[in-house]
Amino acid sequence: MRIVIKGGRVIDTANSLDGKQDLFIADGKIVGLKKEPEGFESDLQIDAKDKVVLPGLVDLCARLREPGHTYKATFQSECQAANSSGITSICCPPDTKPVIDTTAVVDLIHQRTRNANRTNVYPLAALTLGLKGEHLAEMDTLRRAGCIGVSNGLAPIESTEVLRRAFEYAHSCGLTVFFFAEDYSLKNNGVVHEGPVSTRLGLPGIPETAETIALSRALLLVEQTQVKAHFCRLSSARSVSMIATAQEQGLPVTADVSICNLHLTEMDVADYNNDCHLQPPLRNERDRKGLIEGINKGVIAAVCSDHQPHDADAKAAPFSQTEAGASTIEHLLPLMLHLVNRKEIKLEQAIAVLSSQPANILGIDKGTLAVGSDADICILDLDSSNSVDKASLLSAGKNTPFKGWELPGQITHTLFNGNVVFQQD
Amino acid sequence: MTGNKIQLDKNGNLKHFLTTEGLSQSLLQSILDHAESFASVGERAVKKVPLLRGKTIANLFFEPSTRTRTTFELAAKRLSADILNLNIATSATSKGETLSDTLHTLEAMHCDMFVVRHANSGAAHYIATQVAPHISIINAGDGRHAHPTQAMLDMFTIRRHKKTFENLRVAIVGDILHSRVARSEIHALSTLGALETRIIAPQTLIPKDVENLGVQVFHDMDEGLNGVDVVMMLRLQKERMRGALLPSEYEYFQRYGLTSKRLEKAKPDAIVMHPGPINRGVEIASDVADGERSVILQQVSHGIAVRMAVMAMTMGRSPEDSGDKK
Repeated sequence: MRIVIKGGRVIDTANSLDGKQDLFIADGKIVGLKKEPEGFESDLQIDAKDKVVLPGLVDLCARLREPGHTYKATFQSECQAANSSGITSICCPPDTKPVIDTTAVVDLIHQRTRNANRTNVYPLAALTLGLKGEHLAEMDTLRRAGCIGVSNGLAPIESTEVLRRAFEYAHSCGLTVFFFAEDYSLKNNGVVHEGPVSTRLGLPGIPETAETIALSRALLLVEQTQVKAHFCRLSSARSVSMIATAQEQGLPVTADVSICNLHLTEMDVADYNNDCHLQPPLRNERDRKGLIEGINKGVIAAVCSDHQPHDADAKAAPFSQTEAGASTIEHLLPLMLHLVNRKEIKLEQAIAVLSSQPANILGIDKGTLAVGSDADICILDLDSSNSVDKASLLSAGKNTPFKGWELPGQITHTLFNGNVVFQQD
Repeated sequence: MTGNKIQLDKNGNLKHFLTTEGLSQSLLQSILDHAESFASVGERAVKKVPLLRGKTIANLFFEPSTRTRTTFELAAKRLSADILNLNIATSATSKGETLSDTLHTLEAMHCDMFVVRHANSGAAHYIATQVAPHISIINAGDGRHAHPTQAMLDMFTIRRHKKTFENLRVAIVGDILHSRVARSEIHALSTLGALETRIIAPQTLIPKDVENLGVQVFHDMDEGLNGVDVVMMLRLQKERMRGALLPSEYEYFQRYGLTSKRLEKAKPDAIVMHPGPINRGVEIASDVADGERSVILQQVSHGIAVRMAVMAMTMGRSPEDSGDKK
């Protein structure tokens, strides 16, 4: 299949490219930019006039719910939803059921990925067996089976000794640790940020120190072990400055943030809005601004959806009895564009944190439109907008905290390996 | 804060009673006024008014309680309603039934009102969003969040003794962190115009940023009690000793227990309140609990009148409708 995408504004932050040009695709690869390759004859022409052509987006954290939670969602439903917002590469955490601590689970994920044939899926291997924080998982075996990094998901590693050994071993295997910083004892069954809202609603709070103390412990161990560490889903401004300091010291650390924490705060929990029950929790406006500033200063290199589709029952209970997480994969790009429209983030930066930069963190050759790369591409109409409607979500999880929001941008086409996998009606 | 639109119907009348937060002063005053009319009912030979005849009220207690449940039951009976007592803690949910299934089962029995107690904050709000529109919800305590009828019976007791809330200094002493009573009292006092609400406790029992609710925080009992008109003691749950919140009951009583000596710091006519059940020698000395300044037993009898008022109001009835005006 030979495709030409004509007349679009091509933005490729990996190559600092932003300009109107044609893009030529053959056999699943990008074969030409601007200049038509000799003898190129297209089977399909896509008119991208007045549109933006971007690399397929890279989402550093989305749960596709297989194996184990197919009553919540499936690869098929969630990869379709991802395609509709231009995402073609997804990194998924190891907290499936069973956990990604055996090669059988990795094989199953690869098989599901091939069957869906819509996105690249990069599984993270468990850092400890069963994510229990006690014994090391077979990290190198899992790496050879195709895991791209190691992580303990949202599960705590209470023993600092185990954490140290896990970091050392991951470093020996050349694996990046994807680490979610949360001190289990300080979290203490908390469900929202500890602050005025937790006090007013009488909900158990998660203090900021639950994150910063866990983060400082991990940073000291990164310094000691020299493991490459990626800190997942920062929620507080103070964590951003701790990461910045570590980066200035030359530690091999990167960080991401969930799109929810860039838009919402504890105030959005309002009167027990279960869709705002998230982990990490929504903190205050100062934290939200600190996270935005972290992106603008390059401290936070990626924004992920932290997509967690839930069945209706998971959210049908009093707040603290509901499961945490939001269904966000379809709105990752529109929510970033919303920040661009509000002049909180520049367009180029918004694209970089969704494409070239997360690809760098994963060490994959994605998030770029360079000649020779895989033809994972999305085409964006910046001028249209959509209002978020629960019922019309493609994801099987309808648990969005953005119900009723008017969001800019509409993906018109998504290409995966040179095939059109999504096209707007 | 968006607050409590859910509590009012489109005419601004009380539909559900979930929290004292966000309700107007006039609405809170009218709860107290209605309670005043009902207070005399219990002193008559025939202790009933026919206001809610034909209505069915279900006491849904997901958490065990004797006192609160009993006063709601008495209040419903004095209003001539039929009442069902369901201790769900020991029945349906332990068989794995979900909360919404339990609710829909009861709806199918054509109940008009649910009185709900639940261990989770926000449970009453959640239930109010789930039930059919003709059903009213009264929150009889949800987690650490709210216990609005307890707060209103305390306000009733204060009003009887102090006539007005203006110029009142009130101290709430004890485990504020876990107390739904304290949260509801703080909101009610602030709406009713109390001059000053103080909370007195060690930092381990004070929730973060509580000053945002309009209170002053004291860690020292003598300082906090200085010149107050009302002392509200909170019950200290024994399980608080198990974690790292407090060292011992002994030390708690030494530092935060209300003794007659400590009470001297308050105004000479200060009243002492407690939502019960009291822990003698833990948060309050026996001579104070039984002393002449204590209004603890009055609180209990006021509880029935206040609950009658709230039940009648959420059903759209007022004492004047009973047709037995004096």
